[in-house]
Amino acid sequence: MERNLTHIALFAALIAALGFLPKIDLVSGVPITAQSLGVMLCGTVLGARRGALAVLLFLAVALAVPVLAGFRTTLMALNSPTAGYIIGFPLAAFTAGLVVERLRIDIFPAAFLGAVLGGIGVLHVCGILGMSVMLEKTLPEAAVLALPFLAGDLLTAGLAAAVTRSIARLRPASVLSRA
Amino acid sequence: MLTQISAIETPLHHWPAGLKLGLMVAGSLALFTLQGWALALAATGVAAVYLSQGPRFSLEGLRLLRPLWPFLLLLAVWHLWLWQPLHGAQIALRLIAAVGLANLVALTTRLEAMLALIERLLSPLRWLGLNPRLPALAMALLLRFVPVLLDKAGLLMQAWRARSPRRVGARIVLPLALAALDDADHVAEALRARGGL
Repeated sequence: MERNLTHIALFAALIAALGFLPKIDLVSGVPITAQSLGVMLCGTVLGARRGALAVLLFLAVALAVPVLAGFRTTLMALNSPTAGYIIGFPLAAFTAGLVVERLRIDIFPAAFLGAVLGGIGVLHVCGILGMSVMLEKTLPEAAVLALPFLAGDLLTAGLAAAVTRSIARLRPASVLSRA
Repeated sequence: MLTQISAIETPLHHWPAGLKLGLMVAGSLALFTLQGWALALAATGVAAVYLSQGPRFSLEGLRLLRPLWPFLLLLAVWHLWLWQPLHGAQIALRLIAAVGLANLVALTTRLEAMLALIERLLSPLRWLGLNPRLPALAMALLLRFVPVLLDKAGLLMQAWRARSPRRVGARIVLPLALAALDDADHVAEALRARGGL
């Protein structure tokens, strides 16, 4: 019980901390969207339910403290064109966690698939729906706006999978999605 | 850690957080249904709230709109290209007013008041059998550990720079995640040692 709580809280803190870091490049020139990396890791490491709870906790605190990337609060982000991505965050972590929990294959491909399905698939579907509503564009038009981020997101998913695999090796007891 | 609360004391600072949040949600829903003149009037209303608190408060509000610039630029290019300037202006006005309204809450509400409100909003979780203290404890842990993790990230980056001429890369994510996991274990142990949850 205590471990569940502290893991959820610390991973929520990790999402916030990743948003504050100065920009880190994965391959030079392609910046990673650090907070979606945090969301993917919540799912792949903590599993579906705990991962989604960690993201929800992060968003609850972001109501009061501007810990969303770009020093934004949840309220502001929900009223801006990025609303869909905020709503998609917990769903993305849940999906990523579900894939890692259910798919009994090696941790790296499972985490990569989870990160792609959740952190890219689900997240962008929600995000595109949100942009389409907020900017009054058709869905294909909104999808075009999300397109430039896909290459970077694929690399981010790869990084999330690599980090998950390393955690599974170094702290096997901490990968709650496979516990 | 910084909140966005304005140092310029306004009457809004003394309103209960729940009331402000409720008004903001209702106002936002209204903004997203209004069209044309009604929308322009509502947006003027939001602007009037800022302006009535003086130019410095208004400037602070304007600064918080910064994350919107890419979208406003996009709308400008898009709707000038298709030559629907009025339609574009309406979307932009709605976004600015909605974000401005949301920021009013952040600008005038203290952290403790907001956290207390979130706790109250989460209290129905009790009926699901969840200890109502858990969300509060989790939020406190999060707020405490963001600066801790940032300090650790800073040390990792310094160590990187001492060894490598290249820019700090994604490799620091793993040690940072391990630090978070180890801290989580230590805090869990400490909580158990003090009688548990």
